[in-house]
Amino acid sequence: MKLESHADRAAKLPEVVLQVDRLKKVIGKKTIVENVSFTVREGEIFGFLGPNGAGKTTTIRMLVDLIRPTEGSVSICGHQVHRNPELALSYVGSIVENPEVYSYLTGYENLEQFARMQPGISKERLKEVIALVGLDARIHDKVKTYSLGMRQRLGIAQALLGAPKLLILDEPTNGLDPKGIKELRQFIRSLADQGMAVVVSSHLLSEIQLMCDRVAIISRGKVLASGPVADLIQNSSSYVAWQLFPRVRGEEALRALGCQLIEHPGEVLDDALLTGSMEGSILTAMRQEEIQELIPQLVKAGIQIQGAHKINPTLEQLFLEMTERESIE
Amino acid sequence: MRALNNQIIGLVRNETEKMIRKKRFYVVLLVLLVLVPVFSYAQMKQAESKREKYGTDWRREVQQAITDNQNSLGSDRVPEEWKKYRQVYIQQMKYYLEHDVNPAAPGGVTFTREFLDNAATLFIPLLIMGLGSDIVSAERTTGTIKMLLTRPVRRWKILLSKLITLLMFVSLTVLAVFVICYLISGMFFGYKGFQLPVFTGFRLDGASVDLSSVHAVPQWTYLFMQAGLIWYVGVVVAILALMVSVLVRSTAASIIIMMSSLIAGNILTNMASAWTSAKYLFMVNLGLTDYLAGTPVPIEGMSLGFSLLVLGIWAACSLVVSFLVFTKQDILN
Repeated sequence: MKLESHADRAAKLPEVVLQVDRLKKVIGKKTIVENVSFTVREGEIFGFLGPNGAGKTTTIRMLVDLIRPTEGSVSICGHQVHRNPELALSYVGSIVENPEVYSYLTGYENLEQFARMQPGISKERLKEVIALVGLDARIHDKVKTYSLGMRQRLGIAQALLGAPKLLILDEPTNGLDPKGIKELRQFIRSLADQGMAVVVSSHLLSEIQLMCDRVAIISRGKVLASGPVADLIQNSSSYVAWQLFPRVRGEEALRALGCQLIEHPGEVLDDALLTGSMEGSILTAMRQEEIQELIPQLVKAGIQIQGAHKINPTLEQLFLEMTERESIE
Repeated sequence: MRALNNQIIGLVRNETEKMIRKKRFYVVLLVLLVLVPVFSYAQMKQAESKREKYGTDWRREVQQAITDNQNSLGSDRVPEEWKKYRQVYIQQMKYYLEHDVNPAAPGGVTFTREFLDNAATLFIPLLIMGLGSDIVSAERTTGTIKMLLTRPVRRWKILLSKLITLLMFVSLTVLAVFVICYLISGMFFGYKGFQLPVFTGFRLDGASVDLSSVHAVPQWTYLFMQAGLIWYVGVVVAILALMVSVLVRSTAASIIIMMSSLIAGNILTNMASAWTSAKYLFMVNLGLTDYLAGTPVPIEGMSLGFSLLVLGIWAACSLVVSFLVFTKQDILN
């Protein structure tokens, strides 16, 4: 009876592909990463977010057996990476930092190299992967002659060769142009839709926000928060931008109604958000629900309302808030 | 077991492809193709000048060499060390005279033999070092090590495949030295001389030579013995280069370390006879072919067996260190 209910629950949630449990890494006397835990399930894109030097890369490297953790464990599809690397890593495709390949070989020879390191990769699979990343035309040229974007694609082809269940990409958008980034994003999403679990690390918060289902925010080696992107946004303070006429009276009215006005919007929001249409608007810290209560009162006070929008905090801002909280503590 | 073999074969194929495409082995061949003709030409010039002096009678030439050396023995200005060498040389030359064998009969085979005697301690080890010292460090410098070690292959297998590939290229290098030497010097001196007798088995006892076990072997047998010993030296140097390559991250640093220890070996052999514990250093033991030719040992107490053992121990220790470090180390950059 009990077993059945367990099975029922398992059927609802996609299978856990990556389980990271209380990872810790000490190098010399310095603790680089501490108590990092998270799980990634099939079909999920998991973002690993933090500034440079926060321990992201160290953590990613522990996932793929480049670094041995001091404590804790990583299991992939149920196999511990550091106990049974051959089995665990056969489910993983990865690019750690830059896609480093042998520049004196052609793209195709590089892929052949990696294909020989894993059983059961056929010539057809090679062709398939090459077509998937769109490198057909240049695959027999030496990698020396490739652009950074092409190297990135070759790296991804390499990662996908073994039809992995888990794809790990460390800073995948480094060196890509906006078009390339957008393509990559769509590509990663399509892989996840086919059931692949993807871990993406980045210091570019907007990237993660656009790409990931769930995210963990790491700073100074510790996970500050993790959860679905929407939840994290929900829990943080949000802002409403008002476009009122006349502006000065609008400001007074809002103050009179007990709103908390933000004097220097640049300190709480991304500069990019404040330019353009938002120029000249008044920023208040409040929840979305309060907008409809305020509107009739402003109208009553004879103020024209040209616009009122809720602004979702970016992860950047979330991050600022969290690290600030941490440094105050 | 078969799966393991297939995996290792695949890895060795990878390493071989890298080694060839990096064009490192071509450089080795190129160096040989340029230098061997130079040496051959120099040798030919020397032979010509001797012929002018002594005519075609090699006995006169050997006799003259013996007399010259004997004269220098009486001189106070000649260091004791050198006197020992010269006494041994005199005894050997006398032996050749008595048995009516020309020790330096010109020919491609003789040239090859002499060239190899000279190349065994520095030239060939340097070539091999060039092949081996970046075999791991280059992967670290370029970052490809991350690709290599995140594949589902255990690290010891990666290193083993590198070692196997390196040993294959050591064998190929030794073979190439022989073949290129013979082919090129043959153009200068003719391709004959495989059957010429060479004396080996001189046993040195202080300044005198024990001739009881001296016997003549045809030159081709002698070449084979040389090749075996040089191959052994090559393997040891390759294994040491592999270790340095594992321990040192930068390719340049690992080349410098290997090169300076090889050259230090050459310097030490010339001056370390008083410091007897230097005989346990690998670099003074690289002259294995000297034991065949019967040249005096650089340090008291060294013998062919001793040198083989010392080199073997160095190689074994380096292998242990290489595998331990490579399988355990964190890849941080």
